[in-house]
Amino acid sequence: MDALTAAGPPESGPGPATIVRVAGPLVELTCSGGVAMHDLVRLGRAGLLGEVVAIGRDTATVQAYEYTGGLAPGHAALPRGRPLTALLGPHLLGGVFDGLLRPLSGAGDRLVPGLAPEPSRDDGLSFSPRMRAGDEAGEGAVLGEAGGPGPVPFRVLVPPGAGGTVTWIAPEGRCSTREPVARVGRTDVSLTTEWPVRTPRPVRERVPAREALHTGQRVIDLLFPVAKGGTVAVPGGFGTGKTVLLQQIAKWSDADVIVYVGCGERGNEMADLLTEFAGLEDPRTGGRLVDRTVTIANTSNMPMMARETSIHTGVTVAEYFRDMGLDVVVIADSTSRWAEALREFASRTGALPAEEGYPAELASAIAAFYERAGAVTTLGGTRGSVTVIGAVSPPGGDMTEPVTAHTERFVRCLWVLDRDLAYARHYPAVSWAGSFSRDADVLDAGRARPGDTAAPAPPPGRARVAALLAEADRLAGLVDLVGITALPARERISVLAGRLIREGLLQQSALSARDAFCTPEKTAALVDATLAVVDQCTRLVDAGVAVTAVEETDFTPLLRAREETGPGDAAGVADRRDAMLGRLRALR
Amino acid sequence: MTRWSETEYTTVRELRGPLAVVQGVGGVGWDEYARLTLASGERRHGLVLEADRDLAVVQVFEGTSGMDPGGLRVSFAGTPLRIPVGDGWLGRVCNGRGEPLDGGPPVLAPTSAPVNGTPVNPVRRRPPAEPVLTGVGVIDVLTTLVRGQKLPVFSAAGLPHLRLATQIAAQASTEGEAFSVVFAGMGLTHADADFARDALEPRAAAGELVLLLNTADAPVIERILTPRLALTVAEHLAFTGGRHVLVVMTDMTSYAEALREVSAARGEVPARRAYPGYLYSDLASLYERCGRIHGLPGSVTVLPVLTMPGGDITHPVPDLTGYITEGQIVLSREMHARGVYPPVDVLSSLSRLMRKGAGEGRTRGDHLDVAAQLIAAMARAREVRELADLVGRAALSPADLRHLELEEKFGGLFASQGQEELRTLDDAMDRAWEVLLTLPRSQLAMLPGDLLDAHGAGEAR
Repeated sequence: MDALTAAGPPESGPGPATIVRVAGPLVELTCSGGVAMHDLVRLGRAGLLGEVVAIGRDTATVQAYEYTGGLAPGHAALPRGRPLTALLGPHLLGGVFDGLLRPLSGAGDRLVPGLAPEPSRDDGLSFSPRMRAGDEAGEGAVLGEAGGPGPVPFRVLVPPGAGGTVTWIAPEGRCSTREPVARVGRTDVSLTTEWPVRTPRPVRERVPAREALHTGQRVIDLLFPVAKGGTVAVPGGFGTGKTVLLQQIAKWSDADVIVYVGCGERGNEMADLLTEFAGLEDPRTGGRLVDRTVTIANTSNMPMMARETSIHTGVTVAEYFRDMGLDVVVIADSTSRWAEALREFASRTGALPAEEGYPAELASAIAAFYERAGAVTTLGGTRGSVTVIGAVSPPGGDMTEPVTAHTERFVRCLWVLDRDLAYARHYPAVSWAGSFSRDADVLDAGRARPGDTAAPAPPPGRARVAALLAEADRLAGLVDLVGITALPARERISVLAGRLIREGLLQQSALSARDAFCTPEKTAALVDATLAVVDQCTRLVDAGVAVTAVEETDFTPLLRAREETGPGDAAGVADRRDAMLGRLRALR
Repeated sequence: MTRWSETEYTTVRELRGPLAVVQGVGGVGWDEYARLTLASGERRHGLVLEADRDLAVVQVFEGTSGMDPGGLRVSFAGTPLRIPVGDGWLGRVCNGRGEPLDGGPPVLAPTSAPVNGTPVNPVRRRPPAEPVLTGVGVIDVLTTLVRGQKLPVFSAAGLPHLRLATQIAAQASTEGEAFSVVFAGMGLTHADADFARDALEPRAAAGELVLLLNTADAPVIERILTPRLALTVAEHLAFTGGRHVLVVMTDMTSYAEALREVSAARGEVPARRAYPGYLYSDLASLYERCGRIHGLPGSVTVLPVLTMPGGDITHPVPDLTGYITEGQIVLSREMHARGVYPPVDVLSSLSRLMRKGAGEGRTRGDHLDVAAQLIAAMARAREVRELADLVGRAALSPADLRHLELEEKFGGLFASQGQEELRTLDDAMDRAWEVLLTLPRSQLAMLPGDLLDAHGAGEAR
């Protein structure tokens, strides 16, 4: 692959060009034609990578992915005659890469421009064919499976655009990423393949997303669920627990593969994530979590333009695994840094700025990114999905700024992180007032389909919980004005209900040994327990019990239930519900 | 050191703000270091901002004041700016460009390093896990600074942040392991610069500190160089010299203003509040130079200090800083008005890495529990105080009244500290316990029972 091999002569296409202008990541070349938009270019003696972003009459403008210090007019440049492609293969799982998908594990302590580390060639994989010589194989068909260390079934597919009769296929046994494993028509198929990162990989058709992604975070699974194949934006100012929430989803959601794109974020955080994932067990497969994870780390001090690419690289990797019939989640933290890279480059090219200096194409760039998500029927005829979860970092917490405002329009779910909740140490600080899920109705309908036993029943009580929270919020404003004692008994129970839901149901500590993730069963049990207690309280005050007596009851059994029971311990929750109800009955 | 090209260009076509446009150059690269010689023989330095065919746009560190294109000669170094690095910096006092202010010879060393640094490979980073003790009780106990962390101090005009910064620079240590400090002052008034110099003199004399002082009247471009100089020196002291290095950078708001000024002179499209769109990346390229590296000794810890213009935490400089750094120490006018020094607002302050860098085997076994309980009690105290303002003290419950008492004690006994007082962690922890024990045992649910027994916590007093 071009992005990874040292600068050799291109197979064909344009000849060498000369650099005439360098201003940071913006490089201009003279060229004699034969250069296409988004073609890859190697610059100067170090062979820095860049991409053609504009072509004039006799010059081409290149955006360099690396630090261009020392690059001068007169230096040579080598157009490669092909766009930036990603090398996709089994080496991705468990690996860490930069924004151009160059493996970081092989690079040194410091990232010097022009580095071209090769992905490690793996000879230790086992291959089992699923077809025989003579079989007909269309594009996307599964030729065989390659087993690596991890739990993810790695399927070898006929690449898009190829297909025909299988003339040769490797026998069961060990195989190497170096050698082809099959020949289909006139195409050699190996374990690895290449794909240009800015082009979505083809599918047979998009299908409606009907299955919920179970994230293990109660507030999300209960109130704002997302479908496998859906899109989510997570806006939140600094200190609202954005990264922690995204990491929780990366750890516990029931996807087959996670692509974690650290886009312009903290280096220490990345180091921490890598260390932590390596030590964690996947609760579903028993394997290591890291083996289902592809990490793309382009920290904030790494070159800005590779940050722009990292988003596309991440989605391309996700589409690749989707085509194997897997459910993939892409987590991009943070899309605001990506948008800033767009802005930075647009300003260097002298593009007319739109809102706050962002280029006018910001909205379409954001839309194009989120549109690569979806549930699909793959070329091979199986089902797969890519779910995109993008963090947004609004400057100054201003939700009207361009990146947040545009993103909101293109996503199906919005999980707004609220500074006041975070300040009150209410985590995850997902605001129930500001967030939405447009998938919720579809998911409930999908679950209710007759005969569909695979999908779990819709979580009961979502509407009730949402209504109680809204009522409690409305009353909270009133309480601040007139004091709680001025409210009628029923309203005071509503205020109490709001507190019980917040503290006993929605809060969930990422650091907790038992409650860091939560199964649908436990969520349902907690909802049931909380609502049963609220109903009991209402009945008590209706029956004439003094509301202060209810308010002063010690609700600890209910509030501690989430912490004291294991992730799937619905029975434990029910026990605590009964204990709580018993305590309340004693008030009569 | 820098080897200058033989060719000297006399073809300066234009001078505009801090920029000089040189015509007819060949082979001059972007970000290359340049030397400008005036007709008087005076020498100035700069960096190539843009190389366009035979034009090189140079930004001049010392400013273009007094320059005449006619008599100007420019030569180029052939590489981006490199500076000598080594132990020779320790004990020195220099200006923002690294030129001696202490009357000594220029700092020379056999090794040099590029001032822009090179990014650390994220997979080679070692997660921070041990504390730096600042000798400031409220910080060590409640927002522990961790080796390899970047933890900013958010302040406002008129608050004693410089005093706090110098106190930390003078006192911080890593308990027995080799430690040094690089103090970069940016946009300091002469009075402030003198203050910092006096306060840090003893540690500099002991060969443990490098002091770089860019004053408010020095050219703005120099200010853009100062933190890079400091970090480059620090990285070498840490990863080659095996020291734990604390880099104090104050005031980052002055730095960002310098960046804005240069950006405007270059005619760039402004973003929020006219700061350049790359402010985030630029700040990240400084702050992210902290850390630890697998297999290498030493660490770089960064403590940027910034004043929030108008006390506004949503201003781009504190806002973007908060997105990059791992927590923040916020100073408050209210605490300052009540005479508490250092006036840390503990409820808005946070060290995200504290959980990893404090506790058993790192600081003390009871540290994290005590810190969590103290913060929780202070949060409750604040609520109680607001309530008391509304309904009066008479309506408060006994537990509420104890919380008010705790808040008083917190300010007086725990948070307040002498400006030259080095408080040990044990002393600070003892004070934290004394403050906590104002509360009855039933209000200390976050502390384990055996600890409460050991400290004699009871219901009544």
